[in-house]
Amino acid sequence: MHQPAALSTCPSCEWPLESGDLYCGACGYDLSAAPEPPRDHPTLAVNGRPGDAAAPPAAPADWPTAPGAAAEPDNGLGTVETQDAGDVRVRDSADERNGQHVHHQNQSHSQNQRPGQGQGQDGRLGHAGPSSPSVPSSPSGQTGPTGPTGQGLDGRQGLDGVRGVGDGRDVPGVRDGLDSRDGRDGRGGRDGWDGPAGAGPDDYPLPAPDPRATAPAAAPAPAKVCVACRAGSVAADGYCENCGHAQPRERDHMEQELDAVAAVSDRGLRHHRNEDAFAISSAALADGTPAAVAIVCDGVSSATRPDEASLAASRAASASLEAALVRGTHPQQAMHDAILAAGEAVNALADEPVPAREHHPHQNAPACTLVGAVVTGGLLVVGWVGDSRVYWVPVDRTGPAVRLTEDDSWAAQMVAAGLMSEAEAYADERAHAITGWLGADAYELEPHTASFKPDRAGVVVVCTDGLWNYAEAAEEMAAAVPADAAERPLHSAQVLVGHALDGGGHDNVTVAVLPFPAAPRGAGSA
Amino acid sequence: MAIFSKSPVPQFTVDVYQNAYLPEGGREVNAIATVTSTGGGTIGSAVSAPHLYAAGAGPSAAVAVMVDCSGSMDYPPTKMRGARDATAAAVDALRDGVHFAVIGGTHVATEVYPGDGRLAVASPQTRAQAKEALRKLSAGGGTAIGTWLRLADRLLATADVSIRHGILLTDGRNEHESPDALRASLDACAGRFTCDARGVGTDWEVKEVTGIASALLGTADIVADPAGLAADFTRMMEAAMGKEVADVSLRLWTPMGVEIVFVKQVAPTVEDLTARRTEAGPRAGDYPTGSWGDESRDYHICVRVPGAEIGQEMLAARVSLVVPAADGTAQTLSQGLVRAVWTDDMAASTSINPQVAHYTGQAELAQVIQQGLDARKLGDLDGATAKLGRAVQLAGASGNEDTARLLSKVVDVVDATTGTVRLKARVAEADEMTLETRSTKTVRVKK
Repeated sequence: MHQPAALSTCPSCEWPLESGDLYCGACGYDLSAAPEPPRDHPTLAVNGRPGDAAAPPAAPADWPTAPGAAAEPDNGLGTVETQDAGDVRVRDSADERNGQHVHHQNQSHSQNQRPGQGQGQDGRLGHAGPSSPSVPSSPSGQTGPTGPTGQGLDGRQGLDGVRGVGDGRDVPGVRDGLDSRDGRDGRGGRDGWDGPAGAGPDDYPLPAPDPRATAPAAAPAPAKVCVACRAGSVAADGYCENCGHAQPRERDHMEQELDAVAAVSDRGLRHHRNEDAFAISSAALADGTPAAVAIVCDGVSSATRPDEASLAASRAASASLEAALVRGTHPQQAMHDAILAAGEAVNALADEPVPAREHHPHQNAPACTLVGAVVTGGLLVVGWVGDSRVYWVPVDRTGPAVRLTEDDSWAAQMVAAGLMSEAEAYADERAHAITGWLGADAYELEPHTASFKPDRAGVVVVCTDGLWNYAEAAEEMAAAVPADAAERPLHSAQVLVGHALDGGGHDNVTVAVLPFPAAPRGAGSA
Repeated sequence: MAIFSKSPVPQFTVDVYQNAYLPEGGREVNAIATVTSTGGGTIGSAVSAPHLYAAGAGPSAAVAVMVDCSGSMDYPPTKMRGARDATAAAVDALRDGVHFAVIGGTHVATEVYPGDGRLAVASPQTRAQAKEALRKLSAGGGTAIGTWLRLADRLLATADVSIRHGILLTDGRNEHESPDALRASLDACAGRFTCDARGVGTDWEVKEVTGIASALLGTADIVADPAGLAADFTRMMEAAMGKEVADVSLRLWTPMGVEIVFVKQVAPTVEDLTARRTEAGPRAGDYPTGSWGDESRDYHICVRVPGAEIGQEMLAARVSLVVPAADGTAQTLSQGLVRAVWTDDMAASTSINPQVAHYTGQAELAQVIQQGLDARKLGDLDGATAKLGRAVQLAGASGNEDTARLLSKVVDVVDATTGTVRLKARVAEADEMTLETRSTKTVRVKK
């Protein structure tokens, strides 16, 4: 993770920095949000990784290739099915369990599933997707981790870890305390925080109160010092009493790590606020096996209150998914429903009165994109609306990386219609105009979902265009993902955000990293 | 928004309209602050229903009426008669309990009523006495307006009241004292009482009358026909009776490194306040706005901020309304924020806030009318045509119909859209003076 002392100049203004600087002395840039130097940290994991020892079933090399992957022989993803709104309805096993219907794009064969089997079984249903016409799917779905370890929703504990590093008091040193609370999972990746530069609390001039204690308390905090001029105190309205500069907001930089998923969101270098949002959770399926959920949303800047839209959508989708998965809903159906729930949450914003301060010349309904991924022991489900993306990057890099989503964008439509080449389309200034979004002024919400059954271990990268603009092709994305991404998802997310910032950080950057298959909780802890 | 239980203090709100987005390297931030005061929620607000106030129940106030009694007021005699009638009408509009005096002005100032350096307290009896005293007013002598103002100041200071206001009527030029003497008197009176000024007939100097009103934060107007005086005086007095809080200042706090380009009142009239700043603590300054009743005014604030990186946001100014509190500190009535946000989104940074655009146009309208009339007086007919043509264009585009009508009495409009006009060969002096006096009147943004 970022180590202020490791930076010799401010990434924003090139001002020379001193060891221990939290913010640039010249421009006030929050150094904790600075791109990490693209090198690895020497500090090694103390504890074993979930996949290293304690979870042999998930050992990457043991994942056989799905026979159904014939159409895309090398990606090993074994597409199970994709689905779009308005598809033909067929029943599948999940339906039988839930008395619900799932929409399937391709009305292929639907096999009955033995009742009571875990979610990993779904991979065997073999609803043929367009790229896997005749899948008797692999049994690998059953080889997923089945550890009976506590699969409750206590992953929420980790929510405490969500924090903005930039409010002037939350110095990186705090993180040590935060993380150590959660010592039970002993993630090696965390050690990235404790770099040799000694990011200990003593290195920072400011007190490092526990954010859990201070955030909800209305007690008058000690006067904050402006991060920009370091001379003025910060007024109640959030601006410096001396130089007038806005202070970093909580959402300027956010990080969160759970057992099997981590996410980082950053304002970037060119936008004045972060309009992206994410929500991650360690969910559990009905049979108690683990699942990880990541939702990433990108607020549409041309709409009103895009930041609120992305936050509402990510929270609604995550909550919907979590609840549906534990009930036993098929993950793909759950994703479909979650996107609809997110859409409703964003629509509801449009009805709220606009704060008086926001005198936007063109009032229009709040809107955002959404992309999400659910990872279980054997299944990978993605869903999206808009141009945020999911990439698959296998642990063994000899296998190909793949983009799993199709943008709802002008450029993608041009390419899909054969009117332009990809290069031409993305060079056009309209390339990023999106053709699908969540929001009250969307014509009709058409959630796209797809299921995959990868035959090998990998990581799922869920991101906004703030990242993929700097790593558009799947190979480029794979190159940006650290080799140990599956073991250190948070670190990888930080590195990917750093990649975007290094590239210019022209947009908000948000990325979630989910190792596949989902590891049982605590599998790697000592 | 601040809410005070003390009823005489109205509620003030500040709404800021601006486009906060600046392009890379952008430094100038423009904002319109709309300040609205609404009478403290009490029934019988002095504004909406002055008659509901019991004696002495309204805000305590003192008013001095200054009537020109120079020799010229007898030419024609209707002027002196009109002035007497108007003053009587104003006295009738006094709320019971308000302190008042009538001053006769020539090259010296004379106490017409009540005399002895005192103020009368309005009642049916004193009102009758005042009107009786007015009958004795006669014309004769010169004009030294500064002396009138200084006497009004002395008299108004004798009452312990919250609102002090003057009404001044003149028909001629300030010939019997130097401009400097008048300026010194205005400086001495500024901030001590507010004053409306009226010119009757067409022999007075527009810039003198508007200068008095501007310095003393009141209104200026022309009453070309003396018969219209009584109605105008009644309106002025009613407005004065509606004032509920005095000495309100617009306080501007700006961060380090921010320069103030200008601060202007832009509605209901254009009034440049930039030079009238008094320092009020670190990086804060107060601009006087006088006394307020139930009303709304707009201010155009333009500041220059230090350049900043794309993605940065800063506060460019805090705009607040303050009144002096009893203990010498200032009480903040309401506050608004002017922000600056740097973006590389050209669509955001190049759009101009409609309010800012509108008032930029209204301020230009006032300026080109003034310049056009000045050019006309100097015989620069081409210059006058160009400026007044632009004025016609601006007035038409912004929906300022009153000003457009006044302009059409000075120029023949060929095409209002393009601003094509011809100067009228003969222009009534009253029309030209009316245009000049009212050139600063603005309208609000069309809905």
